[in-house]
Amino acid sequence: MANVDTDKRSHEMGLHEERLAGRTQQVFFEPARDDVERFTYPDAYPVDLDKATEFDAAEMEPTEANRRIRELMAAGFGTITVRNPGAKHSLGVGILNRLNLYFDGSLGYFGAGSIDGPNVRIAGRVGWSCAENMMAGTVVIEKNAGSSFGAALRGGDLVAKGDVGARTGINQKGGSIIIGGRTGAFSGFMMQRGRMVVLGDAGDNLGDTMYDGIIYVGGEIKGLGVDAVHGEMTDLDCEWLRRKLDLYGLEAPNGIENMKKIVAGRQLWNYDNLEPTEKKLIL
Amino acid sequence: MCGIAGLIHKTGGSADVGAELTAMLQALKHRGPDSTGFGLYGDSHPNSYVARVKFAEEADMAQDHDIGERIAERKRATDAHLDRIGARVVAATAATPYAYRYELDYNGDLRELADELESVDGTEILSIGRALELVKDLGDAQAVAGKYGLDSFTGTHAIGHTRMATESDVDISSAHPYWAYPFSDISVVHNGQLTNYWTKRRALERTGHRFMSSCDSELIAVYIADRLTRGDALEEALERSISELDGVFTYVVATADALGMAKDLMAAKPMVLCETDDFVALGSEEVAIRRLFNEEIDTFDPYEGEVLVWRT
Repeated sequence: MANVDTDKRSHEMGLHEERLAGRTQQVFFEPARDDVERFTYPDAYPVDLDKATEFDAAEMEPTEANRRIRELMAAGFGTITVRNPGAKHSLGVGILNRLNLYFDGSLGYFGAGSIDGPNVRIAGRVGWSCAENMMAGTVVIEKNAGSSFGAALRGGDLVAKGDVGARTGINQKGGSIIIGGRTGAFSGFMMQRGRMVVLGDAGDNLGDTMYDGIIYVGGEIKGLGVDAVHGEMTDLDCEWLRRKLDLYGLEAPNGIENMKKIVAGRQLWNYDNLEPTEKKLIL
Repeated sequence: MCGIAGLIHKTGGSADVGAELTAMLQALKHRGPDSTGFGLYGDSHPNSYVARVKFAEEADMAQDHDIGERIAERKRATDAHLDRIGARVVAATAATPYAYRYELDYNGDLRELADELESVDGTEILSIGRALELVKDLGDAQAVAGKYGLDSFTGTHAIGHTRMATESDVDISSAHPYWAYPFSDISVVHNGQLTNYWTKRRALERTGHRFMSSCDSELIAVYIADRLTRGDALEEALERSISELDGVFTYVVATADALGMAKDLMAAKPMVLCETDDFVALGSEEVAIRRLFNEEIDTFDPYEGEVLVWRT
């Protein structure tokens, strides 16, 4: 059951009115359809979140471990702990289900990719492309993450409490990416929607050719990418940041009010009638 | 794609670097199953060299009925060349029917030694070093380590490579690591592509350097060796390479007493690193590092343009 007050507040904060770009690409979320959009997949497992179990993945191939997770969901387990994941690749991918999934260690590449719904907690580190194309749910990593963190993220919260590599949130299309430490070069590259929060420093070419969305940075920015510009922090920005950081036990080192806000300059948008040569004249 | 790995015991002393690197490279087999190479640094011998030499490719053994006699001829000629320049063969061991390990008592010019060895048609030096022994062959890490007895190799540091052949043949000559001809004890493994390879190669050739292959990874080895002979510290040479080498790359370089890595400004090629007080392990994927630890470890990705160096 949705909390009515919370929903109302989120609407007041404008979180349901993100507009993508240009004249024809506006997307409005209809409050009346929220329940409809929070659909459950037809073949989802009816799991009980209070029913918990665990297994050891030390001697398992990734496919075997992922199959085991599905077998346990089919048996009704809604809370699963995976011991000794051993930085294996592609663990916890493609889960389209309500589920509390705990990894008691580190994941390799493509961990928790293409998920829609589960709450994933990772005690260690993740490799490249964690939570790529994630649709909904939460993924929280206690340590560092590799490059392409949250690539093409579409929804949900993706949190790394340590440092992350380059190209964080490349082509991000929604949701929130929250980083406790620093992020590498080309973060937010071609970002289309959603929010990224970097509490530490950001590498060069931040937000390069971003279409839309917002990047908040608590530390130093080595350099902005093409068409990424500073925006003005508003009370709504601060309120949203405070709420999100509280959720995950994080703090902005220099205070939320002092964070930098990066948005699209919108000079590279091609949703007008200008020919490329004319566009060059303007730029 | 290819996989690269390296490790160093910072406190010196002799460790099982052969077995350790074998385990790491076996975990990276899926990144390159065609060939595997090891650059192993053992005890340094101030007055002698170890040369790893091949007299044929593995494929020649099945395709050429006279290959046994050809190899014997090449070895006899090589021994004669060594004798002519005063290099005394302390031991010559056949690691495989086509690859030998020479221990040489030699105090002369290293380039002359290398040129003499390579003047024999069909002979190729894989490495010459006072500490370095470079072994590469077709197959995965366990196969190569088993064939050359590398599991028992002890030393201070090592680098390695698993190769997925893309732009050259599946043979030993195209496998990594590359030795920086004719500089002893410098080897490189590399994941990526250099886009100014020919420009840099021609520039280095004009200063007298010679290349044994057309692989861009060899260029990095020669480039670093060149910078070191010009007086750069290893850190300086690596930092300079970030701006002077174009392309996407992550590479690991080793010298007689150091291990270093550099990552280009795009950070397009992976590297994961784990450092403790006395040990460093790094590789294209964390699964390689995990082969060396039973306990939980902290790892991180070096950032774009980052250079790191460790010494024994």
